[in-house]
Amino acid sequence: MRADGFSRMSIRASQIALGVAVLGVWQAGVSLKILDPFFFSRPSDIAARVATWVATGSIWRHLAVTLEESLLGLIIGSAIGIALGFALARSPFAARVLDPYITMLNAVPRVVLAPLFLLWFGLGIWSKVALAVTLVFFVMFFNTYQGVRDADRVIVDNVRMLGATERQLMRHVLFPSALSWIFSSLHTSLGFAMVGAVVGEYLGAARGLGYVIAQAEGTFDTTGVFAGMTVLSAVVAVVGAGVTRLERYLLRWKA
Amino acid sequence: MTAIAFDHVGCDFVTPDGSSYRAVHDVSFAAAPGAFVAIVGPSGCGKSTLLNAAAGLRVPSAGAVTIDGTPLAGLNRRATYMFQQDALLPWKNVRDNVGLGLVLAGVTRPEAGRRADEWLARVGLSTFASHYPSQLSGGMRKRVAMAQNWVIDRPIVLMDEPFSALDVHTRQRMETELLSLWDEGPARRTVLFVTHDLEEAIALADEVVVLSAGPASRVVARYPVPLERPRDLMELRTTPAFIELYKSTWSVLREEVLKSQRGDASRAR
Repeated sequence: MRADGFSRMSIRASQIALGVAVLGVWQAGVSLKILDPFFFSRPSDIAARVATWVATGSIWRHLAVTLEESLLGLIIGSAIGIALGFALARSPFAARVLDPYITMLNAVPRVVLAPLFLLWFGLGIWSKVALAVTLVFFVMFFNTYQGVRDADRVIVDNVRMLGATERQLMRHVLFPSALSWIFSSLHTSLGFAMVGAVVGEYLGAARGLGYVIAQAEGTFDTTGVFAGMTVLSAVVAVVGAGVTRLERYLLRWKA
Repeated sequence: MTAIAFDHVGCDFVTPDGSSYRAVHDVSFAAAPGAFVAIVGPSGCGKSTLLNAAAGLRVPSAGAVTIDGTPLAGLNRRATYMFQQDALLPWKNVRDNVGLGLVLAGVTRPEAGRRADEWLARVGLSTFASHYPSQLSGGMRKRVAMAQNWVIDRPIVLMDEPFSALDVHTRQRMETELLSLWDEGPARRTVLFVTHDLEEAIALADEVVVLSAGPASRVVARYPVPLERPRDLMELRTTPAFIELYKSTWSVLREEVLKSQRGDASRAR
């Protein structure tokens, strides 16, 4: 896309320059003793730590667990959210009845649920998956609900006149119409799924990126904390790019 | 024998303040099978409401719509409806849009695609089969909509100001294409064509039904259009017979347009 007049190259170059500048100021700040390395570590140490983790392979099993939890949370949360979003958008009565409960549940801070989930689902992956689900569900639910309700009245009437049954209307109009809303929320949901998994691990687990970060924190190892964050962000960025590609393909009809 | 008949049809709307507003009152007229009937009237007179009642999208508050002698219940499955606004599915390409009605009726996708291609050839859009609606001009989108409606073989065609958003020249081309679609084939379909443009109504129709200004519009006059077919729309509008018809119909419609303007002015005060 070049509608805004900026070339891809100049944007990419500026992005890299910005990143280098921030890291450079950080590194210089520590070298010049403005920043205390005990609290802030330094970019070169963090990079070295990440490199060690990758070289020894110790990070992979933690990463695999976190990804597994996030993915399961994303899939289960999306499935429930999309299904319920559809159901309530097509049933205004049920939507009115459930509205205050949904608002109340959504207002609950998820962190306070973590100990409950640990009790209910144990220290394994399922307590983290559950936490991710509670985050992903609401984003997906609200967007699907809005997307279905937002479907163009004229297109709905047109397709009904062309002979669609309720089920065909869903498939040919309501679902595609909701899809652009669902996709725009998929990036947010993906981030939320990772947050759910990592927070769950942070509060009680034997492996996973959240566990790695918690361990580092327990020994005042700020380099370890930052290194864990770096791996986490890198993974989110890579998966997010994949989602963008999928989105571009599925929403290719947009002008 | 009538294809579609309005029998003392009335339509009420509930206004935002809770009171009831009668848009259409006691409308009765019928269209014979294969007839092209145009409905004209000042804006806001309930033309579209009447068409929605014929489609089954709106249930009349009074009276009934009968299709081939049977009172209409639910959606009108013997009619297609071409809307004023864009009603194509933006996420389906042109071929899939045209073939949609067939797919919904259980025709396999390859077969629906093949028949859609035939219709695309007829409306001159063969090379655009894989394009999405957002990549087409307004006139092309109207042609796709026309093919989408005509590919499913239904005896009644409802059209709600389908060409009102187009420029004059594109519009005349679309009108010509519409007439040739209507004219070909073994049996003509019954067309109910809503427009606010009297010229368009006379040029296309066998009969022009004039509605009064709203609220509570009713039929004030019905004019048969005895112009010969096939009609050359490029020349027709300057022929004496056309001008004569236009003058007499306009004398009635003008009164209603003036009334509706006075009504708007008094409401504005």
